[in-house]
Amino acid sequence: MSAPLFRRARDFALQWALPAAILVLWEAGAHTGLIPARLLPAPSAIAVAFWTTLTDGSLLYNTWISTERALIGLLIGGGLGFVLGVVNGISRPAEQLLDSTMQMLRNVPHLAIIPLVILWFGIQEEAKIFLVALGVLFPIYLNTFHGIRTVDPGLVEMARLYGLKPMALFWRVILPGALPSILIGLRYALGFMWLTLIVAETISANSGIGYMTMNAREFLQTDVVLLGIILYAALGKLADVLTRWLERRALPWHPAYQTA
Amino acid sequence: MFAANALRRATIDDAAAALLPPRTESTGAAVTLGSLQKSFGGKEVLRGIDLHIPAGQFAAIIGKSGCGKSTLLRLILGLDAPSAGEIAVEGGTTAAAARRIMFQEPRLLPWARVVDNVEIGLGSEGTRLGRRERAMAALDEVGLADRAGEWPLVLSGGQKQRVALARALVSRPKLLAFDEPLGALDALTRIEMQRLIEGVWRAQGFTAVLVTHDVTEAIALADRVLVIDAGRIALDLPVRIPRPRRRGDPEIARLEGTIMRHLFNEQGHLAA
Repeated sequence: MSAPLFRRARDFALQWALPAAILVLWEAGAHTGLIPARLLPAPSAIAVAFWTTLTDGSLLYNTWISTERALIGLLIGGGLGFVLGVVNGISRPAEQLLDSTMQMLRNVPHLAIIPLVILWFGIQEEAKIFLVALGVLFPIYLNTFHGIRTVDPGLVEMARLYGLKPMALFWRVILPGALPSILIGLRYALGFMWLTLIVAETISANSGIGYMTMNAREFLQTDVVLLGIILYAALGKLADVLTRWLERRALPWHPAYQTA
Repeated sequence: MFAANALRRATIDDAAAALLPPRTESTGAAVTLGSLQKSFGGKEVLRGIDLHIPAGQFAAIIGKSGCGKSTLLRLILGLDAPSAGEIAVEGGTTAAAARRIMFQEPRLLPWARVVDNVEIGLGSEGTRLGRRERAMAALDEVGLADRAGEWPLVLSGGQKQRVALARALVSRPKLLAFDEPLGALDALTRIEMQRLIEGVWRAQGFTAVLVTHDVTEAIALADRVLVIDAGRIALDLPVRIPRPRRRGDPEIARLEGTIMRHLFNEQGHLAA
């Protein structure tokens, strides 16, 4: 009874030993002046910055603005990538027409067109949303396309022989078969989503987490800069947890998500 | 000594007969093929097949790999068009649901529960409640009613094939084709499945066409064994052993010998 409990406690201690030790050393280093606060403020200073920005509302406001941009971009880019992936996946002519273009565009680093985007949209919301949409489009497109193309042809043949109509074939065989791959695409897309948004907000914005950290840099508030970085990490982790949850919910039949 | 043996054998047969449902009036479709030919890109696979399978008959087709037996099955099912000759399937088989096929792999949708997989066999016919009822009845026929709510993943290979059989049966087909359905199963499960297939065939009276590599299996199940060699029917052998057939029956061994000789020695070559 106590042995598994002990083992779990030991595992927990082992996993967190290194981060905890680093925090302690960091805090100690900052207090003794070994680490200059201007370059790397103490963890306690970051905690204070967190509390200050939380109470004056700027933290929640900026986080909300960033999340909103991220989600709108994801919806537009992801939706487009999904539709293109489905169309090219099930139709050879569409693939021939569109896929090579998609592959060319995919290989352009989307952050490289930031100057162009600023010329087009200025530093308005559209610029950030456009960049996020572009960043998430390709991972979703590629994985949807790949997922549909790798659906077991034996199942498709079976469904045809058993008289499933094209719509039923899509909803009952092709889409569920492609779903694991599509969800992997979504996970990649979420990573690209935050990455793109950080860069876009850092370069041109007057609100959002990226703006908050850039603004803090101007005033040498290194603690707020670090807070912003931690916030991005936390949001990225949250997105990952959400997709894992979605995968477990959407793929209960999958060998990887069997509980028994 | 002899009498005791005979008595014991009789009781075993009685027990087996009790398991085997009585033969129902055939509701199957008769299949007639006339000088059927099929070539793929200039290569002749079938070179003139004349064959009549009466309604309700259980016909087995055997032959070496590449002899054209699977092609023949696809033509009978209407999945491919013949290059020449004709196919007639009589008895209201215009509906797709009247012809069903069971593959070597179960081909169950992994993301659909067992009962939903069986419902696929109904195509788009029926109301939601009626479909569920029929699917459950079909699952009951293959002895898996208690697994209706499970994912296919958790079933054994034999159980998956039983679900595939239920899916093929649920629309009450008039013609049921088996494309080596038991090839991937272990020996004991295969015998169980053979009994099950024989049982539902007798109960439902469809016409059955079984393609197999396994000569013993063909003789155990079929009314008639057709050996295909080099695109032609090399042997058409009626199997008149009364059902239920016992494993190890000397008559089965004798027929097996005849077929084997046809497959190998008398043709004078081993590989096609």
